[in-house]
Amino acid sequence: MHYSALSLLWQGLKGHKGWGRMWRDPEPKSEYDIIIIGGGGHGLATAYYLAKEHGLKNIAVVEKGYIGGGNVGRNTTIIRSNYMLSPNTHFYEKSMQLWEGLEREFNFNAMVSQRGIINLYHSDAQRDAFARRGNAMRLAGIDAELLSPEELKERVPILDFDNARFPIEGGLCQPRGGTVRHDAVPWGYARGADSRGVDIIQNCEVTNIRIEGGRAVGIDTNRGFIGARKIGMAVAGHTSHIAAMAGIELPVESHVLQAFVSEGIKPLLDTVVTFGAGHFYVSQSDKGGLVFGGDLDGYNSYAQRGNLPMMGHVMAGGMAIMPSIGRIRMLRQWGGIMDMSFDGSPFICKTGIDGLYLNGGWCYGGFKATPASGWCFAHTIARDEPHALNAGFTIDRFKQGRMIDEKGVGPNPWIQ
Amino acid sequence: MHRIDCPWCGVRDESEFQYQGDATVSRPKFKASEEAFFRYAYVRENPRGWHTEWWHHVGGCRQWVKVVRNTLTHEIHVTGTPADKLAHPRKVKSP
Ligand SMILES: Cc1cc2nc3c(=O)[nH]c(=O)nc-3n(C[C@H](O)[C@H](O)[C@H](O)COP(=O)(O)OP(=O)(O)OC[C@H]3O[C@@H](n4cnc5c(N)ncnc54)[C@H](O)[C@@H]3O)c2cc1C
Ligand SMILES: [Zn+2]
Repeated sequence: MHYSALSLLWQGLKGHKGWGRMWRDPEPKSEYDIIIIGGGGHGLATAYYLAKEHGLKNIAVVEKGYIGGGNVGRNTTIIRSNYMLSPNTHFYEKSMQLWEGLEREFNFNAMVSQRGIINLYHSDAQRDAFARRGNAMRLAGIDAELLSPEELKERVPILDFDNARFPIEGGLCQPRGGTVRHDAVPWGYARGADSRGVDIIQNCEVTNIRIEGGRAVGIDTNRGFIGARKIGMAVAGHTSHIAAMAGIELPVESHVLQAFVSEGIKPLLDTVVTFGAGHFYVSQSDKGGLVFGGDLDGYNSYAQRGNLPMMGHVMAGGMAIMPSIGRIRMLRQWGGIMDMSFDGSPFICKTGIDGLYLNGGWCYGGFKATPASGWCFAHTIARDEPHALNAGFTIDRFKQGRMIDEKGVGPNPWIQ
Repeated sequence: MHRIDCPWCGVRDESEFQYQGDATVSRPKFKASEEAFFRYAYVRENPRGWHTEWWHHVGGCRQWVKVVRNTLTHEIHVTGTPADKLAHPRKVKSP
């Protein structure tokens, strides 16, 4: 069914009883040409672009839980392409451009809102570093503006401009950055993939990847064996676990990241603000809640829930920069598991095993990457070679000394 | 909140500690192969379950504490000094 104002009106008149399922619930076939493991944003986007851009049929996405239950439905919804190192710059800008046309393309309202993102700076040295990053972005054709304290005061008046510990000297703004309704992303991609013949199989956990003579030949699942000619892994926080099934060792650790939402309040903030020095970032959802977060809890975890010390730390960060939020009550909190790579950058690549492909290492920034990640991973799987945009995102880069360490903190995933 | 039993100070809150990662990796000898250094710097088992790891008691005695902790449940099985050989619980609990 095509969604439009007309279909909404028509269904409204019929009491909204005629909306069909958004995607089928098929039994797995015994064999597919391509299987994608993991029905998060990246897995579904990959299947969508495999069908749409490469005209491939006979594809399945297998998901151990339900669509939207992973990180794609747990993140703080920020999209941006304000990176400095060229592999990241071009890749994330591709993603931004795909976001800009996505809703029209897959006929689903993902509430893409380019309300801008502002990174605050507090010293001359930090300003220079931000200016350098902004210049790198502009050289790559990406929008970036350095805001003075006056401009910032105008734009975000609720910040504490009289902060002794972290005086606000200005901010680096990417006007095209913003937020997206995260749940709508897997739903839109799932619906778009399904309508092109992709089987989306939920409640199907992969327990083993079968390899014969150096070639991936299928997966064992709780619903039996499913054969495949090509297999793509896209399981985010569980990347090490799934890769180990194929004997692949990775520079990845799994860590928990928390998100918080306050009660709904009147419009307070119409952009995204990041206070990196205080480990705090915030935006306001269309329902009025402040959506915010900070750093990783900082220890290996698969527990999908955070702990009190980081909660307190994030709240303190918020209070430091926006003291006016002090009496707002917290409504919700949750955690998600990040596959932290050792340089903070992702993997979209072939593996040493024929027919087996890897998508992972998304750290805490993979939501914004969803469209480009699916687009590049589909290209890599369909053509059996990477696209120029993901050619740097290999596993080998660590051995070759070609890390893409945007933060420059070295191999310490818990502080990446 | 993790409650970590520091061998020197007793049971303390997680917030007094700084996590320092997988304690099963150790620096190879100077003449070791490139591969050995690569594995030391970058390759981690990243297990779902029991994990032997370092917690630096930075807000206390500043000693490094070895901890066996479950990454699925956050349960701490045992703690010790860096020289201690700490075993994982025999039966892995499936939470
Ligand atoms: C609190 C928080 C805030 C974040 N904020 C942002 C942000 O503001 N901006 C941003 O860009 N990014 C953000 N991220 C990161 C982003 O959410 C992730 O990097 C991204 O969603 C990961 O890709 P995915 O959507 O495919 O993951 P997921 O949705 O986690 O998909 C992976 C899927 O694989 C499935 N799976 C795992 N193992 C198996 C198996 N054995 N068999 C079958 N299926 C399996 C899982 O069930 C899961 O559904 C945030 C993350 C968190 C937790
Ligand atoms: Zn101590």
